[in-house]
Formats: sequence, C-alpha cells, structure tokens
Amino acid sequence: MAKRLDIKDLNIYYSDFLAVEGVSMAVEPRAVTALIGPSGCGKSTVIRSMNRMHEVIPGARISGRITLDGEDLYGTSVDPVQVRRNIGMVFQRPNPFPTMSIHANVIAGMRLNNRRMSKKTADEIVESSLRGANLWNEVKDRLNKPGSSLSGGQQQRLCIARAIAVQPDVLLMDEPCSALDPISTLAIEDLIGELKKDYTIVIVTHNMQQAARVSDQTAFFNLAGVGQPGKLIEMDATEKIFSNPGQKATEDYISGRFG
Amino acid sequence: MTTLRDPLHAQLAGKKLTHGKLPRFTPIGLLVLSVAIVSGLLALFDVFSVPLAVVLGVVLFAVAIMALSGAVEGSRSARDRLATTVMYSAFGLAVVPLVSLLWTVLRYGLDRFNGYFLTYTMRGVFGGMDAGGVYHAIVGTLEITLFATVISVPIGLLTAIYLVEYGPTRLGRGITFFVDVMTGIPSIVAGLFAYALFALFLGPGVRMGVVGSVALAVLMIPVVVRASEEMLKLVPNELREAAYALGVPKWLTIVKVVLRTSVAGLVTGVMLAIARVIGETAPLLITVGVIDSANFNLFDGRMMTLPVFVFRQYSQGLAPNGITTINYDRAWAAALTLIIIVMLLNLIARLISRLFAPKTGR
Repeated sequence: MAKRLDIKDLNIYYSDFLAVEGVSMAVEPRAVTALIGPSGCGKSTVIRSMNRMHEVIPGARISGRITLDGEDLYGTSVDPVQVRRNIGMVFQRPNPFPTMSIHANVIAGMRLNNRRMSKKTADEIVESSLRGANLWNEVKDRLNKPGSSLSGGQQQRLCIARAIAVQPDVLLMDEPCSALDPISTLAIEDLIGELKKDYTIVIVTHNMQQAARVSDQTAFFNLAGVGQPGKLIEMDATEKIFSNPGQKATEDYISGRFG
Repeated sequence: MTTLRDPLHAQLAGKKLTHGKLPRFTPIGLLVLSVAIVSGLLALFDVFSVPLAVVLGVVLFAVAIMALSGAVEGSRSARDRLATTVMYSAFGLAVVPLVSLLWTVLRYGLDRFNGYFLTYTMRGVFGGMDAGGVYHAIVGTLEITLFATVISVPIGLLTAIYLVEYGPTRLGRGITFFVDVMTGIPSIVAGLFAYALFALFLGPGVRMGVVGSVALAVLMIPVVVRASEEMLKLVPNELREAAYALGVPKWLTIVKVVLRTSVAGLVTGVMLAIARVIGETAPLLITVGVIDSANFNLFDGRMMTLPVFVFRQYSQGLAPNGITTINYDRAWAAALTLIIIVMLLNLIARLISRLFAPKTGR
C-alpha cells in the first residue's frame, strides 16, 4: 500500500478545450498533498485524471505521463477499471448507494464486482473499514439501516470507509468537506491525519486553513483568465507555501488579495 | 440606505402585515348557496337539470368568492381564491368521466360477473342461452399480453440503457426520433404489420396468438423505451461515479447500481406500457381472430381476447330468443373483467415498486 504518484507534463483536454496545461508534480507516499486554487483552475480535473475518472466525461483526454510507483497509468494496455481499484476516490457530495444498507455500502467495492466472500470475512472488512473511517462506534448497532439514514458527515465517512475497504494504494479526495458542517469537517480532518499513516492522500480543498491543517505538501493552481487553461503555479512543503511562498500569485491568493 | 428607498420600496414599506380573513367554512358554504340559488332559478323557469345547475353554480361561486375575498382579504387573496376554484373545477372535470365510466361498467357488468362467467367459455353457446363466459378470452389476453411484454421489455430496456448510458451519439438521436415516430403508429397499422410479417413466412390467412403479441410489442416498445429512459436519467450521476471510483466496470455499474436504483420506476413504466396495450382491439382482431373455445397455444390457431370478446358480443346485438340482451350483458361483464385485470396488475406493480424503492429514513 501507499505508492507514489508522479505527474509529468500533464495536459488535460475536454474535446478541443485545453483545461489544464503543463502540470508536473510528485505526490509523496504516506503524506497528504493538498491542491488549492480558485474555482475553475483545474484542481478537480487534475485529481480526476489521477485515477482516470475524468474519462467518464465524453471527449475528455490527456497528454503527458502519470505514473504510480513507475507504472504508467495511461499505458496502452492499462485497464482504467484496474487503475480505479488501486486509486480510490471520495467525492464532494457524499454518495452512498441508496438501495444498500450501511453494511452493504462498505463492501460495495467487492459486491458490485461479484467477488464472493464468506460472511465472516465481509463482517471483518466492514468493521475494520468503519473503524478506519472513525464511524464504527456510531453505526455498529444499525449496520442494516440504509446508508442514506446517516447524517451528511457520517455519510461522507461511510464513503471513505467504502473507499478504503478495497485497500487502495492512493486515496483521492475531491473537496470532501465542502458540504459538511465544521464538526463533521473536523472529524474528517482527524481521519485524514490517521489515514496518511497507511495511504497516499491527495485532497482538493477551497478551504486554505484546511489545507494548512491537514497537508504536508501544497500545490497552488491558477488560471490567467476565463477560457485560459489552469496551471500549476508552485508546489512546496505546506509550511513554506503558507509562510513564505515563492510566487507573488500564491501569496496574493492565500492572503486573500486575489484578483 | 436611504437612497434605496425609491417609490416602490416606500410603498412596500407602508403595507400592513395583516389583513382580514374569511372564516374557514366560507368557500364550501358559498358553493352550496350558489348551487342552491342557481337550482332555484332554473326550477323557476322550469329548465332544471343537475349538470346545468352544478356548472352555473360553480361559475356563480367563482364570481361570488372573488368579490367577497376581494372586499375582505385584498386582491392577492381574491386571485388565489379564483385560481383555487379553477384548479378544483379542472380536477372535477377530469374525474367526472372516469367515475362515470367505472360506474357504468359496474352497473351493467356486475349482473353477469360471477365465478361461472370467469370459468366457462362460449363453446356451444348460441342465441339467447343463459350461459357462456370469458375464460377463453382471459387466457388469450393474459398469454398474448405476457408474450408481448416478454418481447418488448428486453428490447425497450436495452434501447433505453443505450440512449442514457452510451450517450447522445448520432445513432442515439436517430433512435430517439424513430421511437417518437413509433409512439404515434396507429394500432391497426401495427396489426397489419405483424400480419404481413407472418404472412410472408406462413402464407396468407395466418392467425395465431404470437402474431398478436408481435403487434402489441410494436406498440409497447416505444412506451417502454420512453418510460425507462426517463427513469434511468433520474439516477444521479454521482452514484455511477461512486461505482466507477470503486473499480466497478461500466456494465456492472449499469446492472447493479443504475438498474437496481431505478427498478421501482422501471416496473411502473412497464406496467403503464402493459396497460396501454392490454385493451387493444383492432390489431388483435386482424392477427389473432376470434374463437369460442379456450386455446392455450400461442403458436397454433386463433385465440380470443377480452377486448375482441367485448367487440364481438356487442356487435352481435339482440338475441332472437331467450335472454335477448345477453350479448350486451356479456360485453359489459367482459369489460369489467378487463378493468379488474388492469387494476390488479397495477396493484402488483405498486407492491413491487415499494419493495425495491431506495430506502430512506432512520
């Protein structure tokens, strides 16, 4: 588990539109990398390209290289489904499967792939994943209730449990807290702190305090204007970005003097 | 802030928060009064009739409630009262034919509707004999409709899946266009098509249940496609992405997430499609024909169906002897049978939908 991601000269297109241009960055294992920047600068596009989720949108494609421990994710013989099994993702809005119980939601990754397992194994995976997502104590007595019966913050942790149940190498989080209240946000941030012992984590966030709190590395994205491609302005240790950034644009953004 | 206080704002700021309110039972009391007044007037001129009294009474009520509400509650409430009246009237207008239809069918149909009627065929029944039933027609209707469903649900559902999941391609737009065209095909044309298709292979004059099923399937497929497409579109994209992000292949996502989430709606859509075709008469008359005894084999010989039975009985008119109205009585009872079958199917569909609907609540 926990592998490193290297991105080199990444360009991302939606049909003919160049959305992100010339991104090169290294995502360290067992650490949290935060992607920050204004809306529309391509943070979500970049994170979605890391597990080939952006291909779900018709017309989306990339050029450049993304490698997972040296293995090219976009090689000709690579199966995107297999990539997504190794690189999990948590979305902005909690999206538990509405037809499934809490228990079934956690093991959805196996069940939906028709993988057979004994009830005992399933229960063990459910418990360890829910413990891993700090949700076990809240839901252990109602595992057969529908996943949608939980609060928003609990649903998001359920989605994290679901993502770690398949034991991915990397966990991508696309604004995981933007739909949550501060208490749930805190719970998720604590969880991220624990998860980074075992996983490589990439998080997109609009909340700069959050980036400062949870991440080890921060990458700042920006775009020159509407219709222009987003670019990686700079990437460095989080402390350095927030105390002494190398670029004027970064300093303007994190100090609120943006635009 | 004072600069914002243009005349409009000043006017709004001056408005009171309270206004008069009519007592709760004013509308219903006023309605009764209006109808009573109109009835009295009509009776005075000796032209009283219930529908006329109700229609004119409602018109009078609408005027009266608007005037009263305008005087007491203000003009916005008056318009609200008028809109409410119009909506209730429209609802009433929509319900009247429905209730009237059910009432008529029950009144004429209940006489003959009994266990004997449901379990006997028309074999050896003639003239005004006090005998005969719809057993053969029930068998035919159920078998033919079931087989039509078996043909059209896979085709319709797969088409809908293609349209929703595999996107708006040129082919997809073409399919949507032709599905819309198919929706408008007159049922008699579907019947002729199925007849001609089978006549090509089996020679002219071929009549059997499966030809009818094909004709009905032609009518059903567009309805199934349209209904399923709407249901599949309702499945949030986030659920598809959630499944993809777990490394689930697209086809398994469709089968286990998209279809599973929308199954309640899909069942309802299929039921609507069945209800649409189960009462078809013309195509079945051409393709399946008529027969007096039960035939269970879809692939051999004529079959009877309920709508055709109704048509046939009614068109035979009065019997020369015995119970002279027997043909009409059978027609009504068969119509009642058909309505009951459709209602039962709807009930089953409701139960299935409830069983599979996404669960909420704590």
